[in-house]
Parts: sequence; structure tokens; C-alpha cells
Amino acid sequence: MTNEDKGKAYWQAVLALITKVLVIWALVSYGAGILFAPMLNNIHLGGYPLGFFFAQQGSIYVFIVLIFWYAKKMGDIDREFDVHED
Amino acid sequence: MDLQTITYLVVGATFVLYIGIAFWSRAGSTSEYYAAGGNVGPVVNGMAIAADWMSAASFISMAGLISNMGYGGGLFLMGWTGGYVLLAVLLAPYLRKFGKFTVPQFIGDRFYSKSASTVAVVCLLVASLTYIIGQMTGVGVAFARFLGVSKEVGVYVGMAVVFTYAVFGGMKGITYTQVAQYVVLIFAYTIPAIFISMHLTGNPIPQFGLGSNMAGSDMTLLAKLDHTVTELGFGKYTTTTAGSTLNMFVYTLSLMIGTAGLPHVIMRFFTVPTVKDARLSAGWALVFIAILYTTAPAVAAMARVNLQRTLNHAVQPNTDLFAPEASLKYDERPDWMKRWEQTGLLKFQDKNGDGRIQYYNDKTKDPEVLKKAAAAGWKGNELDVNADIIVLANPEIALLPNWVIALVAAGGIAAALSTAAGLLLAISSAVSHDLVKGVFAPDISEKGELMTGKIAMAASILVAGYLGLNPPGFAAGTVALAFGIAASSLFPAIMMGIFSKKMNKEGAMAGMLSGLFVTLFYVFAHKGLFFIKGTEYLGLIGGPNSFFGITPEAFGAVGACVNFGVAFLVDKMTPEPPEHIQHLVEMVRIPRGSKAVDGAHA
Repeated sequence: MTNEDKGKAYWQAVLALITKVLVIWALVSYGAGILFAPMLNNIHLGGYPLGFFFAQQGSIYVFIVLIFWYAKKMGDIDREFDVHED
Repeated sequence: MDLQTITYLVVGATFVLYIGIAFWSRAGSTSEYYAAGGNVGPVVNGMAIAADWMSAASFISMAGLISNMGYGGGLFLMGWTGGYVLLAVLLAPYLRKFGKFTVPQFIGDRFYSKSASTVAVVCLLVASLTYIIGQMTGVGVAFARFLGVSKEVGVYVGMAVVFTYAVFGGMKGITYTQVAQYVVLIFAYTIPAIFISMHLTGNPIPQFGLGSNMAGSDMTLLAKLDHTVTELGFGKYTTTTAGSTLNMFVYTLSLMIGTAGLPHVIMRFFTVPTVKDARLSAGWALVFIAILYTTAPAVAAMARVNLQRTLNHAVQPNTDLFAPEASLKYDERPDWMKRWEQTGLLKFQDKNGDGRIQYYNDKTKDPEVLKKAAAAGWKGNELDVNADIIVLANPEIALLPNWVIALVAAGGIAAALSTAAGLLLAISSAVSHDLVKGVFAPDISEKGELMTGKIAMAASILVAGYLGLNPPGFAAGTVALAFGIAASSLFPAIMMGIFSKKMNKEGAMAGMLSGLFVTLFYVFAHKGLFFIKGTEYLGLIGGPNSFFGITPEAFGAVGACVNFGVAFLVDKMTPEPPEHIQHLVEMVRIPRGSKAVDGAHA
């Protein structure tokens, strides 16, 4: 692989990861927390109606996990394409 | 010891701590002044970002807003946390790799244009200045309420404390004081919440308490709350949205994009040593923010339950809320109500002259409720409760010891001071680094620049203090403006600078200006030209919220879309950016070769 191809492949891998992160980000907040909240409210998580739970608790927890997962995956991609910091 | 003395002691002790830290971490170079020397670890940086981010509004007002809005209040919770995901994956690591001190500097270098950088400076100054007004008034209010001094004295003391550690410590001093302020504010917020959750549900963790049964009953707390509020004509707590579903959607999106575009938050990512640490910093920041943000909805719902139970004796045994003896007698009201009546944040008016407090939604459209209220001889809601009381009076409502009340005072002041300091640094670095060094005096020495930075900081504190003492009449509406500007101008410009290699200066400038213009046009239509009363032009846009029912506070996301659209259109019609800029973008995209931040202009 030439350097330029490698650069392109690295960026493709990064964009694919970002897309995955943002899809989950949107699904928990805009999906579960807002658009599908009325439906999800028929299901209960303990004393929480599920839609309400996602709007006021759940999406925040998912956001945290998402960022750490992203950071770890990015570290893997950096090393795979040998562009990591020393 | 009485409450006043304890409060003085606790607040005084926190001030000594902040100033001591500032003395220990004085800044000696521009790198320390703007970016804390670029060697703050991700956990410490995350904590500082959290304190920087959580303002007087988060600490004092947010739970109260959620308490009133119910489910719809979730837009603040999701909006102000979801922005960190955008920061982590779209901006922070790349800006860190870019390796310069400020946001306008990135925009100026990436779009090879002094004018682009100047537009960014103006956006930054307007967003930060409008934001800081609320912080300074917050300091004044906290002092006035808890220390029994006038608002003015409160603002002066606040200015003096920020001056000591911000002017001498710069980013380094601010970062380490913010860590201390985070610790103070998070204890102040969670301790009362734990006591209240324990009391209401028997579960000490507020996040679990909110999803538990009421103590000694088989009904969940939320079901109980839903039941009581709908009986009294309010919207159902767990389902009432903020306006239409579309408005809630767009509002949440605006807050997320705005959060990611606020310069005083972005610049915190320049203080970590590596790109990897920038990614982790965003995660840690969100962990520390989430501790407060997941407690807030519990505080909100539980305070509402407590309030209803205090005001209506029929709530707890679940008997007839409209029975004559159910409503609280005004003469028998608890002490905390008396105290808050003096501040004007709680107001009682005996409309039907029965000496009791009737608290319900007299504007409800539910004919059942209106019929019952009329039959009971109720002549309208008799109690006005300001949303800010929910957090501030929480420990008093729950009858917690005096030291907890004193701690809440120190926490509110810490939240306001830490955010004010972060904003001041963003303002002073934009003035000294981007305007003075970048435009007017490029060959200024490092020593000269450091001095300019300190003078700019001192001047910003004076301006902020003046605005805090004389808040312009439009102060309340301006937070929407800060987020609107960050969302519609700064965020899209930075993002395109990283993700679109071919984006040129013409596109970026046209995008920033049109996003800004559309947002301001819509906000001013509702609130008046430059917030001057009487200059609203709602007729021109076809009535309030005419754009698909979207409120002006929620409009930033629409402005951002306009920004992206115009930028790509103009970009297609104008020449590509020069070769070396495209190389710069490629360099920014990979972590290898990151070095300590420095301020040299390209």
C-alpha cells in the first residue's frame, strides 16, 4: 500500500467508527428518548416507564459508554494503521 | 452555631482553598496561561471541564425546570450531555492535534483568512459575554440569599476572588481551582438528594430512588406523582413534552450542537498532553457531569412530591384532594416557606379567603378538575413557586442539618465562579491572542502577550461585574443566544474544517455569516432587535414559532443546517483551498506527531 492509500484507508476506518457512534447516539436520545418514548412507556424498568427513563437517565449512561468505547476503538485503529502517538 | 455563622465559615473556607490553589499554580508562560502548559491529565481535565460546564443554571435552575416540565425537561439532560459525544468524536481530538491555543486561531489558520478568524472572535465574544451575565448575577443571588449581604457586595466579592486566581493563574490556576470547585459543588448537590431519596423511597441512591416505590407503599414514586399532578390539573409528569415532539427534537439537537460549539468548553481540550487524552477527557468530563445530571431528575421529581405533600394533606393518604380540610392552612405553613416568601420567590395570595393554600393548575383544560375545584370553592391557584427554589430550599424542605444548607450555598457559588472563570479565559484569550497578537501586533514578545492577556482578563472581569450588577433587561433571553450562536456559526465551521478537505474560506465565511444571520433573525423576531423591547417583528415571519412550531431557543439547529447548506453551495462555486491547507487537514486527521500546544500563527 502506498502512503496515500494508507491515509485513505485510515480515514475510511475512522469515518465508519464515527458513523456507528453517531447512529447509537441518535437512537438512544432522539429515538428511545423522544420519538419512540410514547411506545416505550408501556414497558417498565423497575418504577421507570422506559421512554421516560431514556429521556432522563438512560441516554446519559449510553453516552458515557459510547465515548469510552470510541476512545478505545480509535486507539486500535491508530495502531493498526501505525499513526498512533509514541 | 447558627446557620449564618456556619454558612460564612463554609463559604470562607472554600474561598481560602481556591486562592491557595491559585497561589501554588501561578502561570509563568503564555503556554501555561492559555493551555496550562499542555500537561493536564485526562481525569483531572475531565473534572475541570465538568466544573467549567456546570454553571449556576445547571446547579440552581435545571432541577426546578425539570420539576415543572416533567418528561419534557429531559431535553436539557440529553441536550447538555449528548453534546459531549459530538465533541469527543468530531472536534476535540482534531483540535488538540492542530495544537494551537484558541478556536478563532483554528478557524483563521484552516481557512487561511484573518477575516474568518475575526468573525469567529466576534461570535466567541458575544456567546461568552451573554453567558457570563447569568453567572455573575448567580453569584450575587447566592450571596444575598445565604450570607445576608446585598447582591452588589456578592458580585464584588465574587469578582475579587475570580480576579485573584484567574489573572495570576491563567488556565493553569483556573484548571486546578475548578477541580476543587467540582468537589464542592458535587457534594453540595448529591448529599441533600441522598437524604431526600432515602426519606421518600428508602433507597439512598437518588437515581434508583426515582425508579422505586414510595416508602411504605406499593405504588411507584413516578406513578404517585403522575396521579397527584393530573388530579390537580397539571400535565402528566412522565409524558408531558416541551411543546410539540418536533420542537423537543430540534431543541435537544440545538443544545447538543451548541454545547459542542461553545468555545470555553472546546479550549479545555488544548490542555491535555496527547490526542488520545483529548478523547478520554471528553469521556471523563461526561462521567463527572453525569453524576449531577442523573441526580437532577430525581431531585426534580422528589421535590415536586414533597411540595405537593406539604401543601395538601390528602396526597399522602391518597384521599380527596379537594376536601376542605386537605389544603394546608396558611398560618401553619413550615418555616422554610416563610423564609422564601421574604425573597419574593414564593408568593401566596388567598383568592377565596379561606386561610388555606390551594395549589393546582387553574388553567387546565380538563373539565373534571375545573368542576371539582369549583365545587370545592377554589377560586384559582394561590401559590406561585419560582423554579429556582427547588434546589436551594431542598435541604430546608427535607429538614436537613444546617451544615448541609451551608454546603449548598458554597456549591452554588462554586458552580457560578468556575463557569465565570472559564468564560473569562475564553474572552481574554480571544482578545489578547487572536485580536492583539493575531491582527494588531503580530511581533509582540511572549512577555508582552502574557501581560496583554492579564490586562484583558482584568478588563473582562470588570465588564462582567458591571453586567452582573446592571443585568440588561434581556438577560434571561440571552442564554438562548449563546447556544444559538455556538450551534449556528462555530460548530459547523470547525467541523467542516476537519471533515471537508476541500472546504474553502469563501464557503466557510458565507456559511458562518448566513447561519448566524438566520438564527439572529428568528430570535430577534421574537425578542426584539438586539433585545430592545418593542422592536419585535413577529408579523414579518407570520406569528410566534411560525417555523414549524419551533421556539427561538430551539432554533440553533436550523441555523446550523443553513450554515452547512450555504457553505457547500458557495464552496462549489469558488476555487479550491491551496495545496498546503489540504495538507494541513491531512495532518490534523492523524494523531501521530502531536506536540505541545504553542501560539505561533501560521
